[in-house]
Amino acid sequence: MIHFIVHEKNDSVGVVVVEGVKAGQELTGWVMDEDETITAEVVNDIPIGHKFAIKDLANNATVIKYGVDIGRTVAPIKAGEHLHVHNVKTKRW
Amino acid sequence: MKAKTIMGYRRENGRVGIRNHVIILPVDDLSNAASEAVANNIKGAMAIPHPYGRLQFGADLELHFRTLIGAGSNPNVAAVVVIGIEPGWTQRVVDGIAKTGKPVSGFSIELNGDIKVVADASRVAKEYVQGASELQRVGCPLNELWVSTKCGESDTTSGCGANPSVGNAFDKLYALGNTLLFGETSEITGGEQLVRDRCATSEIGEQFMQMWSAYNDFIVANKTDDLSDSQPTKGNIIGGLTTIEEKALGNIQKIGKQCRVDGVLEPADTPKGKGLWFMDSSSAAAEMVTLCAAAGFVVHFFPTGQGNIIGNPILPVIKISANPRTVRTMSEHIDVDVSGLLQRKMNMDDAGDLLLDAMVRTCNGRLTAAEALGHREFVLTKLYRSA
Repeated sequence: MIHFIVHEKNDSVGVVVVEGVKAGQELTGWVMDEDETITAEVVNDIPIGHKFAIKDLANNATVIKYGVDIGRTVAPIKAGEHLHVHNVKTKRW
Repeated sequence: MKAKTIMGYRRENGRVGIRNHVIILPVDDLSNAASEAVANNIKGAMAIPHPYGRLQFGADLELHFRTLIGAGSNPNVAAVVVIGIEPGWTQRVVDGIAKTGKPVSGFSIELNGDIKVVADASRVAKEYVQGASELQRVGCPLNELWVSTKCGESDTTSGCGANPSVGNAFDKLYALGNTLLFGETSEITGGEQLVRDRCATSEIGEQFMQMWSAYNDFIVANKTDDLSDSQPTKGNIIGGLTTIEEKALGNIQKIGKQCRVDGVLEPADTPKGKGLWFMDSSSAAAEMVTLCAAAGFVVHFFPTGQGNIIGNPILPVIKISANPRTVRTMSEHIDVDVSGLLQRKMNMDDAGDLLLDAMVRTCNGRLTAAEALGHREFVLTKLYRSA
């Protein structure tokens, strides 16, 4: 089973694509562009569709998804942590 | 994709439609009641009520007329009864639709009253419905279809699955020579350079960037916060989308990998040739899909993550979702389930073909989920306050 998807190899985030992912769970991920399988452990419960960091990110760092800038962190985020509106903001508006 | 033809309606102006509606079209809010009364009298006629059409002026008024005339002119419409409060603007809408050669008549309420107008308009609507019921579907080349797309209540599964499946279908239709449309100007914010790079010429790229910048300037001038809860919407955020940039990069998956942007359009404007067109438009689902109908598009791909349920009275909307929870909990709204993409049980090429097969069946007459559920959202885009 694929638990999460990463669009491109250098992305900062994985997207959970199954329901019921719990903190501490070992997950299998699919890197779409390279068609590779990777594993990761999450430190929070992650709802379907939500993201977690797949690498450590400092505060005010650029978050990459699809190989492109999708915003900036407003707190440090460790690999495996839930990454969403509480710790990432737009650079546009 | 196997089918190279669909069974459609060949209209007087040569365009191909996939539905055969007789519509009762109010020019203004005041004429909704009479329009709905006519549609109630004449089975098979459909009223399209809306809240605007009074004291509008300038570019906003032009867009109002363009949208109403475009909706009436759409090849999915066989004939039109136009009802307005006064004769001047009513006739303007009638004259605009009459250019297509299809049957159209106008009725105005002042000096007549609702009851006489409803009686007179009902007699004409009856003739139109009987005439339309005799029209036969004929074989039409698939590449004469005008196909639009817009996504809604997106989540991260939209960018992973549903939107790229539309992109795959668009790449295939583009190669066949279909006329294609996308838009949602504010929802390209974060991916605008990628869209510019996809434009067929640098001139078109500049036109696109001017439209995007003007819309972005409008948002920046009027915003009171970072637009969180508005763009992305609350539903987007519940679904896991965090920023407008992330949403935009998922959104533009719908234009595939090979299509070039062959031109840009003002809202509700009609493309001047085949290929992929960008329309400057709101990202609100019903507004955008109504503009697609007004521009002359006859079938629509609508990917959704969290489950947007929109339909349109004129333009059949095909719903696609890759979110397994949405497919399970809102199954009656979803026409094409591509959730297998997220588990590698389906590849993108197969997903694109699945969409095209659903499109062909819809064009041949199968009702979409939104049609069967009675979704007829007709929402006019208003540019600014009325006088």
